[in-house]
Parts: sequence; C-alpha cells; structure tokens
Amino acid sequence: MKREHSALFLAPAAITLGAVALFPVLSVLWLSLEQRSPLTDAARFIGLDNYARLLADTRFWNAFWNTTYFTVFSVTLELLLGLGMALLLARAFRGRALVYSLILLPWAIPTVVSARLWEWMYNADYGVLNYLLGTQINWLGSPAWALHAAILMDVWKATPFVALLLLAGLQTIPRELYQAAALDGASGWTVLRRITLPQLVPLMLVILIFRTIDAFRVFDAIYVLTGGGPANSTETLSIYAYKVLFQALEFGYGSALAVSVLVVVALLTIVYARLLRVRIA
Amino acid sequence: MRPLRGAGLVLIVAWSLAPFLWLLATSLKTAAELTHLPPLLPSAPTGSHYIAVFTGYPFLRIIANSTAVAALSTLLAIAIGATAAFALARLRVRNAPLILVAVLAVSMFPPIATVSPLFLAINAVGLRDTLAALVITYTTFALPLSIWLLTNFFRQVPVEIYLAARVDGCSAFQAFYRVILPLSAPGLFAAAILVFIFCWNEFLYALSFTATTASRTIPVGIALFPGLHEVPWGEIAAASVVVTVPLAVLAFTFQRRIVEGLTAGAVKG
Amino acid sequence: MTTIRLEKVEKRFGSEVVLRALDLEIRAGEFFTFLGPSGCGKSTLLNLIAGIESPDAGTIYFNDQCINELAPAQRDVAMVFQSYALYPHMTVRENIAFPLKNKRLARTEIDAAVDRTAAQLGIEPLLARKPRALSGGQRQRVALGRALVRKPRVFLLDEPLSNLDARLRLEMRAELKRLHVELGITTVYVTHDQEEAMVLSDRIALLNAGQVQQCATPEQIYTEPANLFVASFIGSPPMSLLDGAYCAGLPGFGERHADGVMVGVRPADVRVSAQPIAHAIEAKVLLVEPTGADLWVVGEWRDQRIKGRADPGEQMVPGQEVFFTLRPDSLYLFDKTNGESVHSRGSS
Repeated sequence: MKREHSALFLAPAAITLGAVALFPVLSVLWLSLEQRSPLTDAARFIGLDNYARLLADTRFWNAFWNTTYFTVFSVTLELLLGLGMALLLARAFRGRALVYSLILLPWAIPTVVSARLWEWMYNADYGVLNYLLGTQINWLGSPAWALHAAILMDVWKATPFVALLLLAGLQTIPRELYQAAALDGASGWTVLRRITLPQLVPLMLVILIFRTIDAFRVFDAIYVLTGGGPANSTETLSIYAYKVLFQALEFGYGSALAVSVLVVVALLTIVYARLLRVRIA
Repeated sequence: MRPLRGAGLVLIVAWSLAPFLWLLATSLKTAAELTHLPPLLPSAPTGSHYIAVFTGYPFLRIIANSTAVAALSTLLAIAIGATAAFALARLRVRNAPLILVAVLAVSMFPPIATVSPLFLAINAVGLRDTLAALVITYTTFALPLSIWLLTNFFRQVPVEIYLAARVDGCSAFQAFYRVILPLSAPGLFAAAILVFIFCWNEFLYALSFTATTASRTIPVGIALFPGLHEVPWGEIAAASVVVTVPLAVLAFTFQRRIVEGLTAGAVKG
Repeated sequence: MTTIRLEKVEKRFGSEVVLRALDLEIRAGEFFTFLGPSGCGKSTLLNLIAGIESPDAGTIYFNDQCINELAPAQRDVAMVFQSYALYPHMTVRENIAFPLKNKRLARTEIDAAVDRTAAQLGIEPLLARKPRALSGGQRQRVALGRALVRKPRVFLLDEPLSNLDARLRLEMRAELKRLHVELGITTVYVTHDQEEAMVLSDRIALLNAGQVQQCATPEQIYTEPANLFVASFIGSPPMSLLDGAYCAGLPGFGERHADGVMVGVRPADVRVSAQPIAHAIEAKVLLVEPTGADLWVVGEWRDQRIKGRADPGEQMVPGQEVFFTLRPDSLYLFDKTNGESVHSRGSS
C-alpha cells in the first residue's frame, strides 16, 4: 500500500533503543579497553590488558563458577517444579482465579523484597527456618550453604512464571490427543511421557532460554541476601563486576567483567535459538 | 486422584503464601518478640514498626518516587512501543521478523553490561540522582517487552479492519489512532500492567543512578534500610508489607490480564 | 461515472506470479465481475484497484488518470469486504458516518447523509446498535451503507454474499441489483459463484491462474465460451465433455474424423430416455438426481460421464441402460491441445 510511512512509526522506538540501549553496549566494549575511573576524567587506552587480567583472575573464575552453578540448579528446579505446578493446575477447579493470583505473588514483588524476606527466614539466630527444622545452621554465613540458600529463594520467586507459561502451553494441546490415548488404554504416566511432554518441548526450550539468561545475570537477589559473601562463595559475575565498578571504581576492568556476562548471554541465546530452529523445522 | 490433587494445590498455595504470612507476623511483633522463637505469632501485635517506617524514614517520599517513575516510564514505553508495534504488526515493514528478534535481543542485555556507560553519560549531563535518569532508562528497557506484547495483540485485530479504515479515508496513523488502538484496549492494558511491574521492581539501575532519597525508589529503599547497630527487622518487615500490598491487589485484580500478557508472546509467538 | 483501465498489470507474491500482463477495461457505470476459482487472482485484482496492494508492473487508470501512486483514501473508492469489517467499537451510525468524518464534513451534513443511506437500505432501527448485536444480513447492509454513504466513484465488493445462507443470498442479490440500477456507480464485483455473476453483471471477466480466460457479457460467455475452462465453469449443471474420437456418427457430427477435439454439450441439451432412439448414445446409468422440476441422469459411456435430462416422471435406476440424445446444433468443439474453442456451436 502506498503512503504507509512505516519508518515514521518505527522511528521513536528506534531512536530510543539506539541511543539508550545499543549505544551503551558498544560503549562498554570500548570502556573495557581502557583504564578509567569515574571520579577523574583520566582514561587510558590499554587494549586487551583488562581481558588478560580477567582470564588470570581467580576471583573471576570463582564468580563464573558460582554463576554457572546457580544458573544450572535454579533453572532445572524451576522447570521441574513449574511443570509439576502446571500439571496440578491444569484441570479446572473452583477458585482457580484466586489460586493464580496467590501463586503470582512471589513473581510480582521486587526481588529485593523477596531477598529481604528470605534473609529474615534464613537468619541463623531468629530465623523461622532453623526453628521449624530444629537446626542451628548459619544459612547465609557458611560458604557451603549460602549459594544453595540463594538458589532456593530464586526458585521460589521464579517458579510461578514458569508454571503459568507451561499451563498456557498445556491448554493449547488438543483435547483429541488425550481422548485418543484414553481409548488406546494409555496410563497417566505414559500420557505424560508420550503426549504431554513432547508437545511442550518447544515452549520449554523458550522458557529455558529466558530463565537461563535471567539467572545468569542475577544481581538483585545476591546483593541483598549475601552481598557476594561469605568468602565470595555467592559472588556472581554481576556482583563482582558491580563491586569493581562502583566500589573499587575501576570502570575499565569492571566493564571488561560486564562484557564477559554479555558474551555468555549472547552465546546462550545463539545456542538456544539454533536448538529452537532445529526443533521447529 | 482427587484428594491428592487437592493436597497438591494446598501445598502450592502454602509454599507461595507462607513466607508472606511470616513477613506479616514479623511486622507486628514487638522488638522483644522478634528475637525469640517460639512464639511464632505475635502475642501482642503492635503497629509501632509501621509508624517507625513512615516517621523515622522518608518512606513516603520513596514510594512517591517509585510511583512517579513507574507511571511515567509505563506511559512512554506503551506510547512509543504501540506505535512501533503497530508498524510491525500491520504495515509493510521489510524484515519485520528480524526487527522483532533484534528488539527481543535488547531485552536480553544484562543490566550490568550497560550500567557503566549509562552511569558516565548520566553524570555527564548532570542527571545523577534524578527521577529523569530512571525514567529514560526504564522506558528504554521496557520497550522490548512493550513492543513484543503489543505486536502480538495488534496482530489479533483482523487485518480487514485496518484495510477498511484506509479505504474509508484514513491515513495509516489515523487508522491506528481512531480504529486499531480503541480495539486493542485490553491488550494495551495487559502490557501496561506488566511494564509497570517491571519498572516498579527494577533494582540495579536505581541503585547505581540514585544517591539520596531525592530519587531513591522502593527496591533500593528496602535494600539499604538503615540500622544503627543491628538490622531493624521489624521495620524492614513492615516496609516490605507496605510494598507488597498494592502489588498483591494488582496481581489479584488483573490476574487474567497479567497471564494473558505473559503467555501472549511465549506460547503463540 | 468512472472508467477503470488496467494495462499490463502484474502482481507477484514472493516468487509466485499471481497476475501476469493483464489488460482490462471497465466501462463507466458498469457492473463488472471478476469470476473464477480460488487462487485465480480475482481478489488480488480488486485489492489493486482499491490501492490496498500495489502492482509490480503495469498501470491502473481511473478516467485516464494514472492512480498507481495514490493511497486508498485518495482514490475515492468504497469497498465491502468478505467479512464486512465493521468497526466493532462503533455503533452502526458511527460506522456509516466514519468515511464522512474523514472527509471533515459538517455534523449536520453527516447526519443527514447517514439517515438517507439508512433509509435506502432499510436499517434505520439499527442505527444505535453495535455490530455484535446484528445478524449476518444486517451487518451486510451496514457494510453497504458505509460504502455507499459517500457516493464513491468506484464501488468494490469482495465476495460479499458468501457468508450468507442461501435464502438471504438471493434476497441480497436482488438488493445489490436494485442499488446498482438506482445509483449507477461503476461497480467491480468478485465472486466464485458463476450463477451470481451471470445474474448480476453487465460483463464478466473469467479468470484462471492469473489470466483472463474470457471477458464478455453473461449471454456471450454462456453461448460462446472461448475455451474449455470457460465452458466447464459457466452453466449449471456443468457441461459434459466427451472425447471427439468416439463421437463420429453422432447427429451433428457427421463422419468427421475428430481425434483432435473434445466435444462439449450442456445437460439441458441432452434428452435421456429408456426407449432406444436412433443415433443416441447408449450408456449405463450411474446416478439419478431428481430436483423436482428436472430429473438429471448421469450415464457412463466409454469411461466418460455424460449428463442429460429425462422426463421427471420416468423411472430410471443405476445400472439401467438408457439412451442419451444430443441436440445436433448444441455441440461445442474444443481443440484438445490448447482447449480453445473450435466452433462455439453447430455442426460442420
């Protein structure tokens, strides 16, 4: 059609995204090649030195490991629990709307609030968790437990999102498939394995991409829960980068660390996108 | 199977709700009871923590900041996003699928990756510790969500309605404004709620770009809750409850819209 | 009164060529129909005239003015879509007033025009309702009202009757004819229903795979089909087609050697009787179709189907041997290689 002027429609969004989203990404790449402090205006180009430092930095690898561990366990648990929740919620029942809004609550609140909430529950002396379990574990203070405590909190917060997406996916599976299976005498477990799950695989891949990327860039939860400790056992890449940027005020090296997160996220996206295309094709 | 399913549902609800109930109980306990377990429930519920939150701490100002920033960002993100989404959904745009993927890619950026250059830029133009800095940032990073959701919703309006409007004498923008937008009101609303929640809950940018309560938002306020010698759990709990209640109301009232929005992209897209 | 001319118009979707080098002329005030099976390109043609699509090659003229670069709003055309496309959030009055609002006419003028159009179409009682509260036929009238209220110079209709039930379809067909006679606007109509096209049109363009097979009046298309496709598409029941090689010796055919032709004959020109008749085709009954007024009989002869009319009172059953008499001057001959008509009617 003539005179649609689609460019004009796209311009405001393009300009905004270009200036405030794209430009900083290019900028951080440049910053990572400098040694710079935000206080003084001194900036010195040092090429790939920051990256050399990064690769030799044991604290970086520690953070990388923590982040990966956190991501793998969180996402796996979220997917499994989310699937379980979705299957339970799949049939219609009275008060469905109420249940949906109640389980949405952990997702709706700021991560900071849920972190504070769990921080209180994890409290070594007055925490309700220790009380109910009859233990005296220093959840957030012992390197062995802290990361797992963070994982549990993240799972609690993110599972409703996964569950609701899977629920919507379940509802798009044609009834006829289940009816045919019933006629063929298939057991519940078989139906799950042979019909439900295969139909959900594309959706699960999409959820996997989103949740993995989200988990890998985790910041809010850890910042409040443990601040990265104890002994850097919960320090993730974003936390480490933040500290270098805003506490040590090394904007060059901090940017390099931030870029490492960007690179991993980009790689993950590409890998999953390929997987998804293969699945659909 | 029925009782097992019922038990399962109860478990799910309890698992989601219990921590909040504990939070509520904590916020009502006296200072002495906070450090003693048992009892689980406050024996003499007190509102002192709530009062302390609002009097000893500029919490009202912080809530106002969050509200202003989230509301304005949502308005802008929806307005700019709807315009772009309409073009992607209905107008002839070469490589529209590619553009959508690129937009989605922006939402994958880890905030930590953009915080340093944005910080420098915001400082340079003197917007440090202002609400404007947050509004600009949030609008931008809410755009992918807004565009993605709205493109899906606009696609659900039959194409012949747009064509009829054009034949009836409308320009593309007039058709968008007079016909498509009114018809997509539910979708716009769903997108607005999700964008609002996204802006309301954002932490990293707020932490980095604000310095004082002049522009501090709720997540930062809760994270940096001041305490002299020990952490004031009573007050923190009270502040958290205050923050949770409106979100609970939002989640309850608009639960269907929220789910609609969340699933629109993922399931059909 | 506007004439429409299409010159060498081409349209491609991706690598698929939907219309190729099409030339057509539509006269002022004419009721012109694009007829054809699904996928023949008729709706695309309509969209090109409306300005909803742009041609990849060629020019479209309104009254000798090239309109290729004009947006739909600038062409002063009105269109009724297959789904009617009424604006769901507006009342009937607002729907009909919409095109006039876009022209920025005065409120009083708009109201008067809407009332006039509503009266013309008999929908005054519906003016305050929303589309979802209307029946299919009512929605169609509103769509017509919205199109006609501004007296466009070209009126386009894309299969407007296909969503209606049979009875309503006939009613609206008559209504459309009446409106055309009354208003005299150049009308371009798209349908796949050949009977509809025959009844309504001044001229028909029959399309197949993006090319015009024949462009003529209904009378001409029926009595002088240009090729096999046209002959089979037009006319109900459809023409029976027989291999010329077997037809030597039939009345009207003479002793001609006719390997290279297909012979077409309309069922209405074939009499079927149980009694043997000289020079008739003897065939086995496959199917009997009583319609009350007629008794159509389908027979099988040399692996081909032939259909004819029997006396409604006759008793015929599948498997019975009956006799099909072809009226001598009712045969159509078509070249086997290209389907073109050899003679439209008649014998040697």
